[in-house]
Amino acid sequence: MQKISDWGNYPVVEADVSGFDSAEQLRQKLAVPGQVIAFGNGRSYGDASLQKRMLTTRRFNKFLAFDESNGELCCQAGALLSEILDVFVPRGWFLPVTPGTKLITVGGAIAADVHGKNHHVDGSFGQHILSMDVMRNDGSVVTCSPTKHAEFFAVTVGGMGLTGMILNATFRLKRIESAYIVEETVKAANLHEIMDCFEASMDWTYSVAWIDCLAKGDSMGRSIMMRGEHARDADLIKPAHKSAPLALKPGLPLAVPFRFPNFALNPLTMNAFNFAYYNKFRSGTHRHITNYNTFFYPLDAIDKWNRIYGKRGFTQYQFVIPKEAGREGMEKILKRITESGLGSFLAVLKLFGKQESFISFPMEGYTLALDFPISQKAMDLFKELDAMVADYGGRLYLAKDSRMDAAMFEKTYPNAAEFKRAVAMLNEGETRFASLQSNRLGITS
Amino acid sequence: MKNVLILGATSDMAQAIAKKFAAEGWSLSLAALEPEMLETIAADLRIRSSAPVEAYPFNATDFESHAAFYASLKTKPDVVVAAFGYMSDQEKVRNDLADIRRTIDINFTGMATMLSVIADDFEKRGSGAIAAISSVAGDRGRQSNYIYGSAKAGLTVFLSGLRNRLARKGVHVMTVKPGFVRTKMTEGLELPGILTAEPEQVAKAVYKGLEKKRNMVYVLWMWRCIMLMIRHIPEFIFKKMGM
Repeated sequence: MQKISDWGNYPVVEADVSGFDSAEQLRQKLAVPGQVIAFGNGRSYGDASLQKRMLTTRRFNKFLAFDESNGELCCQAGALLSEILDVFVPRGWFLPVTPGTKLITVGGAIAADVHGKNHHVDGSFGQHILSMDVMRNDGSVVTCSPTKHAEFFAVTVGGMGLTGMILNATFRLKRIESAYIVEETVKAANLHEIMDCFEASMDWTYSVAWIDCLAKGDSMGRSIMMRGEHARDADLIKPAHKSAPLALKPGLPLAVPFRFPNFALNPLTMNAFNFAYYNKFRSGTHRHITNYNTFFYPLDAIDKWNRIYGKRGFTQYQFVIPKEAGREGMEKILKRITESGLGSFLAVLKLFGKQESFISFPMEGYTLALDFPISQKAMDLFKELDAMVADYGGRLYLAKDSRMDAAMFEKTYPNAAEFKRAVAMLNEGETRFASLQSNRLGITS
Repeated sequence: MKNVLILGATSDMAQAIAKKFAAEGWSLSLAALEPEMLETIAADLRIRSSAPVEAYPFNATDFESHAAFYASLKTKPDVVVAAFGYMSDQEKVRNDLADIRRTIDINFTGMATMLSVIADDFEKRGSGAIAAISSVAGDRGRQSNYIYGSAKAGLTVFLSGLRNRLARKGVHVMTVKPGFVRTKMTEGLELPGILTAEPEQVAKAVYKGLEKKRNMVYVLWMWRCIMLMIRHIPEFIFKKMGM
């Protein structure tokens, strides 16, 4: 038994945690009856991969095949996106979709159907899976794809590990000419400006905005948009970049050395951070070349940054609301967050493109993600925000969630009931895939 | 291109060591008991790097096979890393004859027979380096772990003797005592974070140690101090400590 938590350090549970090296070993572990869930690299924020018995996939991380002619990679589910980048960026390949951290496993990326800054162009990670092998609770293996066992495939992508253990997956990497990104930053004075800016940036492959949730009144929603394209050879100017376009020098490793005391993060320190960040950027639009790590994974450069929230832990509140409701809804919700003064150190805004999935989070509309240190006040605020999000036809991201109630899930995920039925059917038997989250949300029991 | 032979190549430490050598431009000969897992690891390394990788079946406790195994290698290695080992939960099996035997056979006898074959070849060639994974558990017998510990103590002494024999023949022998490492062998144990190394740290320490021709490598410096102290506690006190 060991104490373990996901990225938010909340909740912390006592669990029996073990790994496996082969499908056969996994089969033996699944022969033990009871509830069990897969655990990748612990980067979901809440309790989606927590359970009394957890199977870690990190050792099951081998690359099985790579086709140099078309970029098709088959790897085991425990491989990290960072491992893929380390190996393939120098050879001119990049991930089809990546979230804001590369320290997640391929299995986790499929189970949470993660999205990135290119969602409006390329969709979610799951939409790039050509085929995968999944071990069911009885130890049998299903090879599924959008055309083969398509229904099982559809509930597994975004299915939060409740349908089985993903063993391996095949997907296609995309060609890049350099490890660099042509980035444009645009400073927006308020929420309306940034929303206009998103709608005018649909042709950019990557777009995201950092929003200062503490700014009030006329400057509420002041933000910085960062939009980018993979730099082509011709875009590179510096001789050092030109001579080795796909090679990056390793950055300085930074780490948060210990848990900050709980009082370190208060409205004053957060305000200072947000203000400093905003003023770093000059007004208007600016273009420069940056590397892919700085563009996609700014926080990965700081090892264990989650420790700044102290022992109480934190959660990230990420919701999406439909585009039609976006302007009005986002303004009201943001106003409520701003008033609360509990607002966060990191708030990210993004406009999703269309997505029709069975159970995944993204839908066409605006998504906002904010960190909150855990407190009763924050929990009360979330209840209010939940009601607003649900009213506007939105929903919350399960990969970030540690506190939503079952009613909210059922109300906001249109296929919730069907998903629950499918999971129940797939889990008939002694061994059942279930997380603390799925129990809380009434999907499993 | 230089070649490294890694014995017990499916262990987590060995996998990290293989990746390190591949990244440094070596060709690899991997040897281990489970052929399926070994093939998966070899395929993975071939995709990750451009290093040539060969895989060989190897059974540490089939002592008679060791000479033939070594003769069968397509490339004779410049460096050998012996990383196979076995540890059971001693509280559960301390009177299990088969388990005592297995612990000693893998950790000591198998190492001694295999490395003896390799030592002869390296001595004849007048070059080469051998790194073997021993353990801090072999520095002093403790109630919780003395069967494994005594086998590793035997290995440590074997390596020091081998080093003594080969030093003047141009062959380097390095003893590695990793301390706690987060691997499948220690899975489920409560390990103190600050004293626990990741397999990648072991790999780096082994590679660097070989470059600098170190005789003894502790991966985390704290272990050198801890074991120095533990070794110097008088026996009449130590026996009452129940470590």
